[in-house]
Amino acid sequence: MSGIPHDEYEPRTGFEKWMDSRLPIIRLVYDTVMIPTPKNLNWWWIWGIVLAFALVLQIVTGIILAMHYTPNVDLAFASIEHIMRNVNGGAVLRYLHMNGASLFFFAVYVHMFRGLYYGSYKAPREVTWIVGMLIYLLMMATGFMGYVLPWGQMSFWGATVITGLFGAIPFVGDALQTWLLGGPAVGNPTLNRFFSLHYLLPFVIAALVIVHIWAFHTTGNNNPAGVEVRRGSKEEAARDTLPFWPYFVIKDLFALAVILVVFFAVVGFMPNYLGHPDNYKEANALVTPAHIVPEWYFLPFYAILRAFTADVWVVQIVNFLSFGIIDAKFFGVLAMFGAIIVMALVPWLDTSQVRSGKYRPMFKWWFRLLVLDFIFLMWLGARPAEPPYSDWALIATAYWFAYFLIILPLLGVIEKPAKIPETIEEDFLAQHPDARTPAE
Amino acid sequence: MIRTFAFSALASLALTAGGALAAETEGHVEDIAFSFEGPFGTWDKAQLQRGLQVYTEVCAACHGLKYVPLRDLTDLGYSEAEVRAYAAQYEIYDPDLDDTRPRIPTDHFPESGLETAPDLSLMAKARAGFEGPYGTGLNQLFRGMGGPEYIVAILTGYTGEEKEQAGSTLYENRNFPGGWIAMAPPLAGEDVEFADGHPNDLQSEAEDVAAFLMWAAEPKMMVRKYVGFMAVFFLTVLSVLLYLTNKRIWRPVKHPNEG
Repeated sequence: MSGIPHDEYEPRTGFEKWMDSRLPIIRLVYDTVMIPTPKNLNWWWIWGIVLAFALVLQIVTGIILAMHYTPNVDLAFASIEHIMRNVNGGAVLRYLHMNGASLFFFAVYVHMFRGLYYGSYKAPREVTWIVGMLIYLLMMATGFMGYVLPWGQMSFWGATVITGLFGAIPFVGDALQTWLLGGPAVGNPTLNRFFSLHYLLPFVIAALVIVHIWAFHTTGNNNPAGVEVRRGSKEEAARDTLPFWPYFVIKDLFALAVILVVFFAVVGFMPNYLGHPDNYKEANALVTPAHIVPEWYFLPFYAILRAFTADVWVVQIVNFLSFGIIDAKFFGVLAMFGAIIVMALVPWLDTSQVRSGKYRPMFKWWFRLLVLDFIFLMWLGARPAEPPYSDWALIATAYWFAYFLIILPLLGVIEKPAKIPETIEEDFLAQHPDARTPAE
Repeated sequence: MIRTFAFSALASLALTAGGALAAETEGHVEDIAFSFEGPFGTWDKAQLQRGLQVYTEVCAACHGLKYVPLRDLTDLGYSEAEVRAYAAQYEIYDPDLDDTRPRIPTDHFPESGLETAPDLSLMAKARAGFEGPYGTGLNQLFRGMGGPEYIVAILTGYTGEEKEQAGSTLYENRNFPGGWIAMAPPLAGEDVEFADGHPNDLQSEAEDVAAFLMWAAEPKMMVRKYVGFMAVFFLTVLSVLLYLTNKRIWRPVKHPNEG
């Protein structure tokens, strides 16, 4: 599977030979687990295993919760309370699932920003990046629909606001929204289809995760130096790499254990901290919460959505040029999806020949500003949509787009990169001088 | 340790029955050192029993606890016979009998008797929105402030003023968003006599019923903390073992000359 030369699997026992000529599944596992991995990977490379764990955790806890949950507007809220009070271990299971979503999104954001800093999206890993973005989109859809299922106030009103985004699309919007909801407003058909899809999509994610891994096992991992593994011969490749097992498996498991200490502390001691208290009130179509706030992991994009109001001049110009078809609401929707699309297109927007941000003195600062911008947007998303927050959101949104559409293309032309190591081995030895053999 | 701070009351708080709009207002919520706060906190069963008494004798006139099974009252230290006797004071309509019968422990507490009175089953969790300055959530995080503190603040926050609005009476409460609440002051102090002779002033009664409502909202809190504690403990041990394993595996790669 891997393009990097390494020890091939050799069936030893009679059974292995028999199996290998019929279904080479042991070969597949061997090649996957023993894949040559750049030996200079740092701690930012551990989030993939955290994500794999989070996906399994969500699927396992979710399947059990589904055994006790009732997707009906009259019974859903009570069935959650049934899980919390009567089902053996139900309260812990549900808190694991609730906070598991936060773990999942926290990990995916670190993983994505890792990729953005070290240029993991650049050729030849564009497909890995695009598949990753698809996974992220599906995660958002799954997370959103899952939040609707408890049928609390935020569930209901969050669903109303978010499906309303589709209603903002010109001409077909209303029909599309009705089709999505299964009726004129969020109701029982909506809850039923969200439950169905919330159960389905994680398995689609799991399939895409396999494609994601397949893609980067073909190109090989990126690494902090951003230089490729030498592939001239097995010996050459072995100087740059170590097999995934045991070197990186144990390293990743150690990191996972540390992260799980924090995760279980949250689940055990403050499980409702990341959720909204309003979701402990049953959905009521007659009472609108004054602040409808999505879960924390949607806040940056929620801030972008709300940033464009009718009094923003960009919106007014676009509205005029489009003969009024693109109004402020639709502009916000376009901006929100656009913010994700520009991120997906980053392999073709970044013109720099240098892969790793480590060797890009100017890029580094713009990147750090992007991370701050993201956190700032997250905070703004939870604030009321009024001055000064709305003005700040506009500035932060502008930077998000400028980073991908202006700064990255320009930097590749004007930036003078620092000296890049020739090989991964050189980078590794620079960090671990003890690893030099006396002959060198 | 009791601290006082000003907070911007969240608009997530309920609208009054009179339809008054929830507006942001300044109020005071005192941080109370409840026994169940923190990783090692546990229920004070005597306090929960007192809280149940306040609920039964005062709150239950209007408010229900429809999600709380009566049998869970054994958590408060009552015997099964006591729970059976407690349950029997509430009637329930039984479709099989086509008549009412006394409740049994497997039934739940009644629903709210007064239509406009919200159910209290989850109130202590639904009112946990003490975000602190700039919506950072720090008061919740570092002081363990939550719904029980808010409940105490509401119960003790009446100023004595009242007004007529759209045919109903509203009562001024400095801790309620908007400042006016439809609920008449439920406690004045010395509303109940505690069998254990515990003080029954307004603050004590409010704290006891708030603690009880926290239990009603989160009856499995102790199980949850126990799971959290065990998981944190064993994962910490596992982390140390994996750290040492990792160190050892990488040693020949990072320090090949040390033999």
